[in-house]
Amino acid sequence: MTATATAAARPAPKTAAPREAIKEPSMVKQKEMIAGNYEKLATAKAMGRKVASTFVPGNLNELIMCFDLVNNLPEINAIQNGLRKKSGQLIVEAEKRGQSEDVCTYVKSDLGMLAKGNIGPDGRPIPSPDVLLLSYTGCFTFMKWFELLREQYKCETVMLHVPYEGEGKVTENMRAYIVKQLREDVIPTLERVSGVKFDIDRLREYLRESARAEEDLVWTLESAKHKPSPIDAYFGGVYYIGPIFTAFRGTPDATEYYRLLRQEVQQRLDAGQGPVTPEGELSKEKYRLVVEGPPNYTSFRDFWKMFYDEGAVVVASTYTKVGGTYDLGFRHDPDHPLESLAEYCLGCYTNRNLPGRIDMIEKYLNEYEADGLLVNSIKSCNSFSAGQLLMLREIERRTGKPAAFIETDLVDPRYFSPANVKNRLESYFQMVEQKRRGAGVAAAAAVH
Amino acid sequence: MHTFIGIDLGSTTTKAVLMDENMEVLGRGITNSRSNYDTASRVAKHEALINARFTLFRRAFAELPGVADRLDALLADLERSFRLEQFLEELGELERTCIENARGDRFAGKERATREALEAVFATLRQEAPALFAPGAKRKSDFFRDIAGSRFMAVAEPIGKTSGLGYDLLLNVYDKSIIEVENRPPSGDMNGRFLRALRRLLDGGADLGVAQGDVMRTVQGALDVALEETYVVGTGYGRVTLPFSKEHIRSEILCHGLGAHIMYPGTRTVLDIGGQDTKAIQVDPNGIVENFQMNDRCAAGCGRYLGYIADEMNIGLHELGPMAMQATRSVRINSTCTVFAGAELRDRLALGEKREDIMAGLHRAIILRAMSILSRSGGVRDQFTFTGGVAKNEAAVRELAKLVKENYGDRTININPDSIYTGALGAAAFSRRSVENGATGGVS
Amino acid sequence: MSTSDIVARCTGLFEDLNFVYAREWKAARPGRKVVGYMPFYVPRELIHAAGALPMGVLGGGDQLEVIHGDAYYQSYICRIPRSTVELGVTGRLDFVDGMLFPSICDVIRNLSGMWKIMFPKTMARYVDVPQNFRDDVGGEFYVNELNELRKDLGELCGRPVDDESLRHSIALYNENRRLVREVYAFRAAAPWKAPSSEVYLLMRAGMVLAVEEHSRMLGEYLEAALAENRPRRDNTRIVITGAFCEQPPLSLIKSVELAGCYIVDDDFMLVNRWEKANVPLEGDPIRNLACTYLHGSMSTSAKYEPDLSKKGLYLVDSVRRNRAEGVIFMAPSFCDPALLERPMLQNVLAAHGVPFIAFKYAENSGQMAPIREQAGTFADSIKLWSEA
Repeated sequence: MTATATAAARPAPKTAAPREAIKEPSMVKQKEMIAGNYEKLATAKAMGRKVASTFVPGNLNELIMCFDLVNNLPEINAIQNGLRKKSGQLIVEAEKRGQSEDVCTYVKSDLGMLAKGNIGPDGRPIPSPDVLLLSYTGCFTFMKWFELLREQYKCETVMLHVPYEGEGKVTENMRAYIVKQLREDVIPTLERVSGVKFDIDRLREYLRESARAEEDLVWTLESAKHKPSPIDAYFGGVYYIGPIFTAFRGTPDATEYYRLLRQEVQQRLDAGQGPVTPEGELSKEKYRLVVEGPPNYTSFRDFWKMFYDEGAVVVASTYTKVGGTYDLGFRHDPDHPLESLAEYCLGCYTNRNLPGRIDMIEKYLNEYEADGLLVNSIKSCNSFSAGQLLMLREIERRTGKPAAFIETDLVDPRYFSPANVKNRLESYFQMVEQKRRGAGVAAAAAVH
Repeated sequence: MHTFIGIDLGSTTTKAVLMDENMEVLGRGITNSRSNYDTASRVAKHEALINARFTLFRRAFAELPGVADRLDALLADLERSFRLEQFLEELGELERTCIENARGDRFAGKERATREALEAVFATLRQEAPALFAPGAKRKSDFFRDIAGSRFMAVAEPIGKTSGLGYDLLLNVYDKSIIEVENRPPSGDMNGRFLRALRRLLDGGADLGVAQGDVMRTVQGALDVALEETYVVGTGYGRVTLPFSKEHIRSEILCHGLGAHIMYPGTRTVLDIGGQDTKAIQVDPNGIVENFQMNDRCAAGCGRYLGYIADEMNIGLHELGPMAMQATRSVRINSTCTVFAGAELRDRLALGEKREDIMAGLHRAIILRAMSILSRSGGVRDQFTFTGGVAKNEAAVRELAKLVKENYGDRTININPDSIYTGALGAAAFSRRSVENGATGGVS
Repeated sequence: MSTSDIVARCTGLFEDLNFVYAREWKAARPGRKVVGYMPFYVPRELIHAAGALPMGVLGGGDQLEVIHGDAYYQSYICRIPRSTVELGVTGRLDFVDGMLFPSICDVIRNLSGMWKIMFPKTMARYVDVPQNFRDDVGGEFYVNELNELRKDLGELCGRPVDDESLRHSIALYNENRRLVREVYAFRAAAPWKAPSSEVYLLMRAGMVLAVEEHSRMLGEYLEAALAENRPRRDNTRIVITGAFCEQPPLSLIKSVELAGCYIVDDDFMLVNRWEKANVPLEGDPIRNLACTYLHGSMSTSAKYEPDLSKKGLYLVDSVRRNRAEGVIFMAPSFCDPALLERPMLQNVLAAHGVPFIAFKYAENSGQMAPIREQAGTFADSIKLWSEA
């Protein structure tokens, strides 16, 4: 369903813009971290370390670390394969093996990779997991995905069922249910698989570390409220959420990454600079957008270019909330460790109901003073997509700001039609501009 | 005179509209898009310039006493004569190209015979040309490629046989040459062509009702008006490869919305069903786009669907609508998937349904799809302007009118016979506006 | 009453996209409420105990023209949410006081929130069910969820749902489920006497009729079907799976039968036989509903199977129990739960030597020729194979 890209895949700048010539310290840091985790995965078996696979939404990285497990996130592998243009053939492979063309391409990319020897995006084999931690959060497909993996690996699988916020709120019953599953099922299973005894104080320590990084992440995302925005909260945002959504939340590395990131953004802010793009700094912010939905990864760079070429900056996005809605105030809490993990899972973006999602977007449009909403509707992800056309309509009605709709896929290149996407984006940008200019100019056209 | 040009590059045809400073349309031109957008743009523009001259003639003749009741006939005669003149010139160019191309290994030893055969073919084509442009003559298409092509094939077949060269050989030369000719930018002395056309008309003894000298002077006067290409704006689905720089490009959605507004100032909702996509556009009272929706990735229910059906039934696209109008009932068709169009049709025929009734169902299915896209964009407001190729289909229009009334009540539905130029018209208006807003120069 | 009389009544109910029966039921007494639910499991007893009529909303079928519903969904999303929205937008559900959205997939889940926005006067609720099957974990969660729903339904209907009325409702639904199971067993035993197109309509009637009335109808049908002599054909006995949400058009079910298949089990409308045995009447009725859900309910794609070794055996069991010779995977296009489950089930079937074929449909599919051809070839090949 959902996940994030990582700095390791950040495309090299086409033109050697002076700013890009010097890699920012945060980027260097993230790249090292990602490489480090793939290294851990590649050497896990040799080092006698156990591996857990889990999902980004409802990712319990702090808990996984308590058992010295290496965290492998299949969504991230699918993204990395998408960015490296490998996912297309993997999807076809899975379809050849009986998966329907209709279903989620993240799943098929992962199954295709497995069928082809489980060679990871970095060219090294991904070890078979010792445990599948099925954090069933905000996406029905997750359950089928891990059932399909379990069929192959025949390994221990533990379900963590996170109830849906159907009524737009977290109830005590939901929280208690998750905590109980953690106590009664998840923790005992992880203890058994890892041979490590659970130590709640260790968990508290990790959670304390998480909260520190979360503070700086939120600061970074909210820096986009400034005009011009020093960041792009979608294309750039995908990198910013990398560490905290994946195998690094709760580590000092992540805290350090976000500290560096904050410093850099602060500098850009002080200098009145716009976001960094693969072709250098975006100097003139022409449109401020809120984006709903994941990006396309197979043509990530081309997709991004369609925005920055037009001076469009994404100031807020919902995708950067799939692995946690920290900007709405949630922080991991060492004083209530299991409860806080439960809260975290419940609050992930796609686990919120449609009215709640619409409220969030409306708030973003207002608080970030955006020109309009753009929905990138993803063929693979019904959790995101089903209902987006109503969201569009409702947002237009509530804010009077124009909204537009494009369709792509996460990692299936067959669903990215550049001409089609560009056509709609340009129409949208021009519409925003025309609306902005108001009726006065068009009146001339009325005389004929 | 300053002129402002809009060019709409479609996947099948390219349209151009030429506008004056007062936003009056001077001329329209259309051509097939070829694979070369650059040439297509030039040809469409060239055609629009020709058309503009006729507008200027009309204006000039209108001031000539005694011509009023003959004005239409006079201009029609002049136009046919001009088209004939143009056709003959193009034919000459095609002949020269064919002869140049009749060289190389394949023609070794046959060069002369080929040349003679080609000359014979073209002599016949030239001979029959005046009949093609005679008053009341019907041509299936006005594109040179279509007229010349169909006649070439008809004439070359017997000549190929009798010459012993074979039909294929001649056809091969033709195929190669027509592409070259088509992709050459329009050339020649346009004013000369007008004068030759007029001369041909006068020599033919046409009764113009006014003195020949007055006619000549009037035409010459109109030709003397310089049409300065002040600014060009391009649009259309091919925009990604448009032969224009970025400042000269506007989105087809915006152009369509503005174009519809100019045609019908009361327009608030526009529906365009073209070959490849369906667009629903909401515009404000000034023609500014407020919202738009297009068919999603799935092209079900676009014009192309009707094309598949026509192919499947082995009839012309324009025959589908009339056939559907003969229906006594409408068969429910639930899928407008182009991939399954043929299967759906065969299934229905196998069930014993009448072709007419199936056709009625198919038209309804397409319009249902369009209704959904309209609904997505915000519904149908008054007035409602329907454009695109499918707007010419009476069965589609009938279903649309019915469904609009059922779902949104009474709405004025506008369908312009020139609706194919909606996008180009909007682009021309943007072109005019760009200059007003201080853009300078800038012919591509 | 003959089977044809009963089937005619059911056909009328099936074709009625204005829900006249439910409208009349509601109008018959002031204050009555109707609560709709989408296909798949919801605790209907709770609705009934609150005094409301539970009414299945199973999409628009192949007769509804969908205009506005399509405006809300992309082309890669299944049909049922579009036609359901169309039913709502066109006012066909304007008398419905509440809508329950079962826990089946992301599309239906999100529709629960859409309904809240589009029809703010209707109570719209997502019904979450546990994927943890321990009494003290998932059971506890579900007891609380059910109590929450019980409270909401009580408020909607203007009277709290007491244990006694809930027990009464459970008893009525126990009886209804018993009869449903009996019809299914009867069909499996003598499929020529109870064609699936009839059984289907009979079960569809149960989605809209009051439960008492439907139970009566089931009894009458069994009696009439038993008494009638119908020709027995040399058909192949098959199980249909994957059609638990968006319903196939009736013509599809007929086509499969015409192609030489006896459908001896299926997963249409699982809600009417979700609990495999009677829900106990003594003790806390809510706890009884929850416990039966955890330990005594059907297995299907939307439900997690904690034990790998048991994955997919529910289908093998159905094949064995009903003496089926093959399985037809019949899933709606773009149905994530059915289509992702499919390869796993196929592997299990292959391991048990059960032949199968697969195709997709939409509730408004119009082309039956390819279906007849595939199902016919499948039936013939099984016959040939078993004779060889």
